[in-house]
Amino acid sequence: MSQSPSLNTWSEALSGFYIGWLPLGLLIVAAIPLVFIALYALTYGVYGERKISAFMQDRLGPMEVGPWGLLQTLADILKLLQKEDIVPTVADKFLFVIGPVIMFVGSFMAFAVLPFGPAFIGADLNVGLFYAIGIVAFEVVGILASGWGSNNKWALYGAIRSVAQIVSYEIPASIALLCGAMMAGSLSMQQFSVMQAGPYGFIHYYLFSNPIAWLPFIIYLISSLAETNRAPFDIPEAESELVAGFFTEYSGMKFAMFFLAEYGSMFMVSAILSIVFLGGWASPLPNVGGLALNDLTSGPAWGAFWIIMKGFFFIFVQMWLRWTLPRLRVDQLMYLCWKVLTPFSFIAFVLTAVWEIYK
Amino acid sequence: MQELGKAELNSTRIIRQNDNRVVIEKDLDTEYMVLSMGPQHPSTHGVLRLECITDGEVVVEAEPYLGYLHRCFEKYCEKVDYPGIVPYTDRMDYLAGMNTELAYCIAVEKLLDVEIPRRVEFIRVIVSELNRIASHLVAIGTYGIDLGAFTPFLFCFRDREHILNLLEWISGARMLYNYIWIGGLSYDVPADFKKRVAEFVTYFRPKALELQKLLTENEIFVKRTKGVGIMPAEVAINYAWSGPMLRGSGVKWDLRRNDPYSVYPELDFEVPVPDGRFSDIGDSLSRHLVRAWEMDESLKIIEQCLDKMPEVEGFNSRSAIPKKIRPKAGEVYGRAENPRGEVGFYIVSDGKSTKPLRCKARSSCFVNLSAMKDLSKGQLIPDLVAIIGSIDIVLGEVDR
Repeated sequence: MSQSPSLNTWSEALSGFYIGWLPLGLLIVAAIPLVFIALYALTYGVYGERKISAFMQDRLGPMEVGPWGLLQTLADILKLLQKEDIVPTVADKFLFVIGPVIMFVGSFMAFAVLPFGPAFIGADLNVGLFYAIGIVAFEVVGILASGWGSNNKWALYGAIRSVAQIVSYEIPASIALLCGAMMAGSLSMQQFSVMQAGPYGFIHYYLFSNPIAWLPFIIYLISSLAETNRAPFDIPEAESELVAGFFTEYSGMKFAMFFLAEYGSMFMVSAILSIVFLGGWASPLPNVGGLALNDLTSGPAWGAFWIIMKGFFFIFVQMWLRWTLPRLRVDQLMYLCWKVLTPFSFIAFVLTAVWEIYK
Repeated sequence: MQELGKAELNSTRIIRQNDNRVVIEKDLDTEYMVLSMGPQHPSTHGVLRLECITDGEVVVEAEPYLGYLHRCFEKYCEKVDYPGIVPYTDRMDYLAGMNTELAYCIAVEKLLDVEIPRRVEFIRVIVSELNRIASHLVAIGTYGIDLGAFTPFLFCFRDREHILNLLEWISGARMLYNYIWIGGLSYDVPADFKKRVAEFVTYFRPKALELQKLLTENEIFVKRTKGVGIMPAEVAINYAWSGPMLRGSGVKWDLRRNDPYSVYPELDFEVPVPDGRFSDIGDSLSRHLVRAWEMDESLKIIEQCLDKMPEVEGFNSRSAIPKKIRPKAGEVYGRAENPRGEVGFYIVSDGKSTKPLRCKARSSCFVNLSAMKDLSKGQLIPDLVAIIGSIDIVLGEVDR
């Protein structure tokens, strides 16, 4: 943790800042990543998706609101806020309302353990990775509640598909992450980045330093697409089959909450992927001779920069896949999970264990 | 163990066990669910409604309900004189207006027995083949959307835009042209038309290849469509299928070859049918492939027509149009190969009126769709969507 003594003391000092009984400083420290993520998810994730899809499809994307359409998403949010909040008369009102809330809260709770720098972390749990995996399972409850509560056949189909899909894909995803945990010898999210930081930059990343790491990396990359319901695994919300899947009946701000939860989850899995296999906030630039690039690009602000860049890169990969590939069928999805990814994740697990013993 | 009784409902059994205890056994109860797919559903291509009886994700039976777009085409025809029907035919298959116009005009011209100028014939073939490409582009693009691939759709529409611009240039309309008239054309083509069509052909060839790489060669796409909704050739013939649907089942039947009209006999083109190398014959992928191959053949036809089209000084495209269209008494059936299959018009004239006594339209999509019940039996819902997409229905033509 030598990179950021100044920031550590700074955040220590800040977290000791109280106004009366209110731990204002602590709130600020914990809120920084969340505020960023909220802003990102609200505006630039959606904006990026629109622009990337547009460029892939020979279009311009949003161009009217603000320069290059930068304010388009804000306009959309204003529109969604103004919309009537409809609850169908035959819906189960409690489940219908609680569903998007659970989704939203679930997808944002995992941000508590994402390290945005040597000191930027909401809670450095010693079981941070388990917590992050568990939170994804929590989202399933929200999907099931909204799908069942909508009292709509399409929503029910979407919910059933989604739950089956997420619960199944958790197994290869978790085992792939466990491989990473074995490499780091820790479940703390902060520890992953610490272990992968070093003077030679990206050479220290598990993906490059460990000959087996590419296998769990790919397995997690594929499973994370399924866990966030992104194409080619967007079966629960397959618009050409199930209208809109589990959020068919939702409108206005409740719909926006699903939307935000999706973008939050996208960033979360991208961040987990880059933390476990690509060094999190550790700078990828190596020290070359007298040019100490790594030292120059390490530090609190750089740490946040690197992890956000890595997260954005994998979000870009997700969008890239989404706008390129068709959708798998339900049975093909399950086949891929149980007959391809799960066996390979076991192989990766054993190989990693052997490597860790005899390296 | 002895079974004492059985209730019909919930398959409940009352059983006396060996130790004389009587127990009631109940099977795990499942119910069929009636799922109304459409008319407001993204993948029913308009206002088709399918009433599916589903067992989980499996469709036990799907019954198509039609008529949401019914506009009394055949009744209108009895009230409108012959040239006035042409715009109505546009609105039948709104994705291939030129082809439908051509089919109608062929029928009336048969009844009238008029000689069509050669240049008109070539222009007719060029515009209808252009329209065939445009229509297949929509079919392929929307099929991609049905299977979750959004980008090919926009690529298709980008290329289709060029065709629509060409057709707008010559006819003034983008979809509902009213360009092919009985005995002629509303206008001759503009001076640069040949050049711009040739430009389009050179532009489109690599784009078609790109589309093929993006969609047709995609592993997931092939997995989703190969072996889905197989229709054997005999059953397809019995259902009176036509067009790419029938050719997808391996039957080499194309009206441009089998019942030639216009100048098609002079042109050199293939009738592509799947040979089982890329797909199982008769499945959704075959039908998709046939459409993709047909676009290439259409390009070939257009190129040949551009070469052979005679240039006539001061050409009047309306020269052969009769002043008063009042056919002699009789009946006629004229048909043409539309992008979706055989479109035919059966017209009865009483010899006195300028309006047909009866005009029956044979719709290709309607006939192709009639096999839906057979095709959908026991399929998963995603496969059902893949099958509907491969039929490539235009509800305007189904309901008329």
